Amino acid sequence: MQTPGMLDAGWALLVRDIKLGYRRIGELANPLVFFLVVATLFPLATSPERELLMEIGPGIVWVAALLSSVLALDTLYRSDMDDGTMEQMALSPQPLAWLLLVKTVAHWLVSGLPLVILAPLVAQAFFLPAEAGPTMVASLALGTPTLSLIGSIGAALTAGLRRGGALVAMLVLPLSMPILIFGARATDLAMDGLDVTGPLNLLAAIMFLALSLGPIAAAAAIRVSLD
Amino acid sequence: MNLMEFIDMGGYGAYVWSSVGLALTVLILNVVTARRAVKVELERLKRRYGNEPTQGAS
Amino acid sequence: MWTWFHKLSSPPHFYRLSGTMIPWFGWVAAALIIPSLYAGLALAPADYQQGDGFRIIYVHVPSAMLSLFVYMFMATAAAIGMIWRMKLAHAVAVACAPIGASFTFLALATGSIWGKPMWGTWWAWDARLTAELILLFLYLGYMGLRAAIDDTNRADRASAILALVGVVNVPIVHYSVTWWNSLHQASTLLKKGGPSIPPDMAIPLYGMILGFLCFFGAVSLTRVKREVLVREQNSKWVKEMVTSK
Repeated sequence: MQTPGMLDAGWALLVRDIKLGYRRIGELANPLVFFLVVATLFPLATSPERELLMEIGPGIVWVAALLSSVLALDTLYRSDMDDGTMEQMALSPQPLAWLLLVKTVAHWLVSGLPLVILAPLVAQAFFLPAEAGPTMVASLALGTPTLSLIGSIGAALTAGLRRGGALVAMLVLPLSMPILIFGARATDLAMDGLDVTGPLNLLAAIMFLALSLGPIAAAAAIRVSLD
Repeated sequence: MNLMEFIDMGGYGAYVWSSVGLALTVLILNVVTARRAVKVELERLKRRYGNEPTQGAS
Repeated sequence: MWTWFHKLSSPPHFYRLSGTMIPWFGWVAAALIIPSLYAGLALAPADYQQGDGFRIIYVHVPSAMLSLFVYMFMATAAAIGMIWRMKLAHAVAVACAPIGASFTFLALATGSIWGKPMWGTWWAWDARLTAELILLFLYLGYMGLRAAIDDTNRADRASAILALVGVVNVPIVHYSVTWWNSLHQASTLLKKGGPSIPPDMAIPLYGMILGFLCFFGAVSLTRVKREVLVREQNSKWVKEMVTSK
């Protein structure tokens, strides 16, 4: 049997991971529900007043997305590390970085994309004006994949550690702060009707940087974790 | 500057001196903790390997 | 030259060498810091706008510069450890982290104290301050990751990856004042066209920066000594050295 090429192997892995992700629907729903719950906590804790929520809305949505993304990281490598599949992937002729990139994409499709789709709904709940909607979606569409990619490095570094969960947050959140800043800022600017290309371009640039270097770092980290 | 001016720092005395104090504290703590770390380790090794010069491989 | 490098990577050789290097760095650091601090606090002329309050610069700038330098040093050591599989390089990286974290904390704290009278606030979420805070988190994350992994070899390599990923933050801290409209003032020392600070203010500052650098040398070598002892505890040379004292 011929060794599958990179694209074939990648596609197979993508399909597998997405199927598995939807099969364990609880794992999929968890980050999503978490996102909604966290976003809800703020009006409850601060004040339900329209002006205040409009003011802090973009920030809250972004923090909720960030925390939800970190929470979801647990499922990225866990099952493959536990049942030995990760070792097989590391030993396979496919570049590990490529396989991990595919896994991260699948993971984002299952846990990050729903956030992007739900964002306009949440924006409504925070009384954000209609002009801000597209920008919020765009910023999340650019930002959440980056969060997943950076997160994959953190998850790889802590894969196989007993209490890796809390540590992952500590590793990933500082690196994610610039994305939070630009994402929230873009939406803020959109709300005031100002030009958003600056922050959005930066988000895109960071995404491409994470896309090109992230999987390489993650692969190196996985190899360390497998030892 | 005379002594009073030196301490007062043109009204900014509290800020300047707390910064300097903080800096000196950080520097001293760095030295103390580093040296203690070496000392503790050497003591631990001494206890493990014994102090007699005649003791060879155990 | 290569033999020197190769010899340096031998733990017992390094250990012996550190015995002379640490006091050297220590005394030079004291010789630089004490007079420079005095000169900065007492002799340098007061600032036109900030009066004597500007003198915080003599502890704030050196700690900020060192916080960045130490991180780069740590990341470089980690990279050397990964690429050439030099255990000693990893030991150096480990040693740097708490020192770098303390400098970062000092930079943030003295900056905050300085900000209160000058900007009217203890803190501002501007680019440079935020990036420096992220640097502190990166140091802490590095130390946390090391602590969570029991196996030294794995801990070395995992934390090396983390350190290298975090390097992106360092140019952000440095260039933040150029790239964004920042509350923090722009670079006065490391900018195109040379420093824009008068010499009688600058010289004590250079002295402090160099002094802090030598201080870092002394303290980091001390910590590396400790690392070497732990890593080499089962080796013959450590046994012999400890029992012959």
